[in-house]
Amino acid sequence: MKINDIKSQFPIFSKKINGKSLVYLDSSNSSQKPISVINRLNDFYKNEFSNVGRSIHSLAVNATNKFEETRVSVKNFINAKSKEEIIFTKNATEAINLVASTFGQQNIKDGDEIIITELEHHSNYIPWHFLRENKKAIIKFAPINEDGDILIEKLKELITSKTKIIAITHLSNVTGTIVPIKEIVEIAHKKNIPVLVDGCQSAPHIKVDVLNLDCDFYAFSGHKVYGPTGVGILYAKKKWLEILPPYIGGGAMINEVKKNNITYAPPPEKYEAGTMPTAEVITFNESIKFIESIGMDNLIKHENEITNYALEKLKKINSVKIIGNPKNKAGVIAFTIKGVHPHDIATILDEDGVAIRAGHHCCQIFHEKMNLVATARASIGIYNTKEDIDILCKAIENCIKIFNLK
Amino acid sequence: MDLKELYQDIILEHGKSPRNLGKCKGYNHDAKGYNPLCGDKVHVYLKIDNKKKVENLTFEGEGCAISLASASIMTELVNGKSFNEAKDIMNSFLNMIKNKSEIQTVHLSDDQKTKLMSLSGVKQFPMRVKCATLSWHTLVSALEGKKNEVNIETID
Repeated sequence: MKINDIKSQFPIFSKKINGKSLVYLDSSNSSQKPISVINRLNDFYKNEFSNVGRSIHSLAVNATNKFEETRVSVKNFINAKSKEEIIFTKNATEAINLVASTFGQQNIKDGDEIIITELEHHSNYIPWHFLRENKKAIIKFAPINEDGDILIEKLKELITSKTKIIAITHLSNVTGTIVPIKEIVEIAHKKNIPVLVDGCQSAPHIKVDVLNLDCDFYAFSGHKVYGPTGVGILYAKKKWLEILPPYIGGGAMINEVKKNNITYAPPPEKYEAGTMPTAEVITFNESIKFIESIGMDNLIKHENEITNYALEKLKKINSVKIIGNPKNKAGVIAFTIKGVHPHDIATILDEDGVAIRAGHHCCQIFHEKMNLVATARASIGIYNTKEDIDILCKAIENCIKIFNLK
Repeated sequence: MDLKELYQDIILEHGKSPRNLGKCKGYNHDAKGYNPLCGDKVHVYLKIDNKKKVENLTFEGEGCAISLASASIMTELVNGKSFNEAKDIMNSFLNMIKNKSEIQTVHLSDDQKTKLMSLSGVKQFPMRVKCATLSWHTLVSALEGKKNEVNIETID
């Protein structure tokens, strides 16, 4: 695989940022889009547009077929059992809210417990917090150590007869920790506790096999997987989709509507009320094809190589401290520079065309635990090269020079 | 855009060694400010005498070089000013940043205006303007005796 060929498939890299070539290291936030994805969206609107669903005209039939083709691709991408287990939402946040709300409505009562971890993104905390507010549920945080690894033994100790669900990230968007989900699911299932996995960072960067993980729910966003915004995916085991109540009511999610009785459509339609992001879902199929064209093994190999190169080079810069040192790490590198606030780092790097993220990355619980207000974060995507890392490190050196450290 | 204009020596120096850091003795006004975007926090402490003059002004906070330098410079320039003078200085500062004008207040000397102008570099960096204005809005909140924390995201 020639990595330069991959980069050239992303038109944004031919643009200059502040007069410099773009070094995009913010893929954990959202990935850039290959030309095939951009063209597909354009093409659908130009030549094929129609809403999906119940119209009988040719365009509608085509759109419906294409929409369902994406569902099948997603099913294969994460190795779900059936396409009916794939629900489209607007993003992963909505997917997690869907589960928290419907599962909570049905299964959570006063004093029931929900276990999450100190690594979670706010989107896998706040939806559960609503249940704490509205249903008097208790949220327990499985602790992490300094390395950013979840302490599985401590998590085990948190489980009681009142534990109703465990919600956990697959891959941390701060430390890059790859969480041993299979092991946690086994522990939870022994006590009949379902597990929701936040797969936002894992879906684009590691192999995901929901059958093998055996998790009950798995949520991710299309826009981090080289796809368009507006597409979220919720995988849920069929047994849950059949018994949980619907989330949003409206058109398309019903079977029959009478003045005094309404029956709902079977899943997945039960959870897809109203007009969906039709064009974006159809386009998302191209994103999966893009990843397949590279091959997940090649993708992982390349991103690991770049990540290891970055870690080695960053460790050689004295004032740089890398946050966390997990056992299994993907291409997410949070760091600090002694004496320079992350927002100053981000501004200075931006002048060199280097796009990173600075702040708490929607993980205030993690930052509080580590006694940090904010960190800078460089995150790797399939298009990143060793040269990108060299430019990043040079920009960091410049930052240190401006602040006259050393 | 010009990094050198944003990170002038005086900004870096104040950012590294902020003046008037901590709680001042006998403070009778204080207010907190918060920038949810980056988590920066500032707590301003004021001792106002019976003639409504700022007898002492200090701050506590964590933040970037811009926000620390802005707070530090603010404490230097507003010390000894009356309530109205302080507000006028702040308004001319905000006006300078938003409308790219000169500092027009009569309550600062030319040297002091130059010092305040060192923060003008943020004009070119829209994402960083609030770093520079957080402590000033918090100061006004303290002067006005407002109870709520200043949330800079809700202020234009």
